[in-house]
Amino acid sequence: MSLLAVTDLTVTFGRGRGRSTLAVDGLSFSLDEGETVGIVGESGCGKSVTALAILGLLPRRRVTVDGSVVFDGRELLGASEAELRRVRGREIAMVFQDPMTSLNPVLTIGRQITEVLERHFGTNKTDARTEAVRLLQQVGIPDAARRVQEYPHQLSGGMRQRAMIAIALACQPKLLIADEPTTALDVTIQAQILELLRELVVESNTALVLITHDLGVVAGLCETVFVLYAGRLVEAAPRHDLFARARHPYTAGLLASVPRLDLPKGEPLHPIKGSPRDTIPWAEGCAFAPRCPREVPPCRTGPPPLGPAGDEWWHQVRCVNPVPVVSPTPSSTEPPS
Amino acid sequence: MSLAEAQAAELTLELEPDEAGGRWRQVLRRMARNPLAIVGAGLVLLFVLVALLAPVLAPYKPTVGDLSRIRPGYIPGPSAHHWLGLDQLGRDELSRILYGARYSLLIGVVSLAIGASVGIFVGATAGAFGGWVDNLLMRLMDIMLAIPGLLFAIAVAALLGRSLRSVMIAIAVVNVPIFARLLRASMLSQRESDYVLAARSLGVRRGRIVTQHILPNSMAPVIVQGTLALATAIIDAAGLAFLGLGSADPAVPEWGRMLAETQRFLQSSPQLAFFPGAAIVLSVLGFNLVGDALREALDPKLRR
Repeated sequence: MSLLAVTDLTVTFGRGRGRSTLAVDGLSFSLDEGETVGIVGESGCGKSVTALAILGLLPRRRVTVDGSVVFDGRELLGASEAELRRVRGREIAMVFQDPMTSLNPVLTIGRQITEVLERHFGTNKTDARTEAVRLLQQVGIPDAARRVQEYPHQLSGGMRQRAMIAIALACQPKLLIADEPTTALDVTIQAQILELLRELVVESNTALVLITHDLGVVAGLCETVFVLYAGRLVEAAPRHDLFARARHPYTAGLLASVPRLDLPKGEPLHPIKGSPRDTIPWAEGCAFAPRCPREVPPCRTGPPPLGPAGDEWWHQVRCVNPVPVVSPTPSSTEPPS
Repeated sequence: MSLAEAQAAELTLELEPDEAGGRWRQVLRRMARNPLAIVGAGLVLLFVLVALLAPVLAPYKPTVGDLSRIRPGYIPGPSAHHWLGLDQLGRDELSRILYGARYSLLIGVVSLAIGASVGIFVGATAGAFGGWVDNLLMRLMDIMLAIPGLLFAIAVAALLGRSLRSVMIAIAVVNVPIFARLLRASMLSQRESDYVLAARSLGVRRGRIVTQHILPNSMAPVIVQGTLALATAIIDAAGLAFLGLGSADPAVPEWGRMLAETQRFLQSSPQLAFFPGAAIVLSVLGFNLVGDALREALDPKLRR
């Protein structure tokens, strides 16, 4: 049985007077204990909404969440607030994008860690304090005994994100959801944080859902990659298959648009044409069709089904005219991680 | 730069001394660099010291005068014995001004304490629960705001009789909706903040989120309003006393009443209007300067 099974997750934002937006449209995926998956897509494709929906953190008013989210054998959608609170932080924890605003400015770092320990384990203050120092050391914050008494503004961005990870891992959750954990950080710090995530999460067998728009981040960390477009899964594959043989034109376009160091200077970049707003409802066809270089007439006749690409059942793609497999040598097309 | 080097560089990066310490220590340090804040703090300190030490500082009794020294059309001005001269009943003006600070401070502090605590309670309740509780409380506050403060004070004085207590109650009631609305608005904006979402994602209970996360982060504008409300309370108290709504005892040296009583002698002894007026202006200015500096120190957008 998988640790987390999301089935047909649909999130609708009502905008009053019958108008509504489908943020996530029938998303299904699952992961096993200790597995790391990446959810990739551009802004507005429903990545963060998916994360919030799993934890039941979306506002109740004007938001409808349908489908099913089964975690460790329990249905989380429609669970009571009290039940969800026991799961949050204890079994599923989350790291947010911006460590500058995600820490409470008036509480010390230590207090924000001990708060979680006291909440879920009933740890007494002294023990929680000791544990907080240990956790800060574990995430690589030097002089942790002093840092534990400091306020968020006294820490640098990278340090704050380390502190966020320490808070998230305080109760040794089974699943960590990291929502763009490196987006707000400098490139050098990004590498450090990813390395830290690999050490603490991947190697301690905590499952990880990494949400990002950066394929490079996924390449270094995730076993399985899910690519989202306009709220739907368009491609799902193990990392190596995805980077070596991207079948959906969107994924292929994303990979082609990454600037490469080994190309000659002055070589033009290869963006995906159009913008995410150039979309058609899935009911009328493929939402990517208006931007797709491989569009054929059947693309606009109805929603394309998600199916195996060729005879590889583990590589799912939602496309009627997928990119043909050109290069049989995966090592040459895989971007450096 | 290799990863290890970058890490080392980040670790050795010294923090600015400005960034050390808790939030309030930071705010104090920032205020200490603002000359206007120092002037304001000095005025406030002077005002409070005078109010507390009036019996020690005052050279004469504020309520006992020597009428024999007053002649029609002549009230003695400042002299070596009476630094600020005598008032129309032969009382020492300096002693009366010093004692007057006590009443201003007393009215300001008591009315602020009552008004702010009720306002904070109402605002926090509305902000924490939202929904119909919020709606009900805020509409009540709207009704209170619709009543002009001075008119209400007159009504209270008429109802409870002329006394310092009436003045305090009137000013406190005027302050309630101001604090309630301010705190509620501040809480609403904090409720949507990232760290509240982060706290929720960790399973922190709602009560704790309100008391530990939302409330402490919402207090800054309330504290600024507190200093400014003290200034307003002093003006209001003086205004009410001027209109004859202060203490029922005519001997009580309230600044507003002193102003009102000297109207008849304005031609011959203008200094009698000047001294209480200056006392009101300086004390109000002090609280306003401190309030503005505090707001500036608390709000990163106003920082230069």
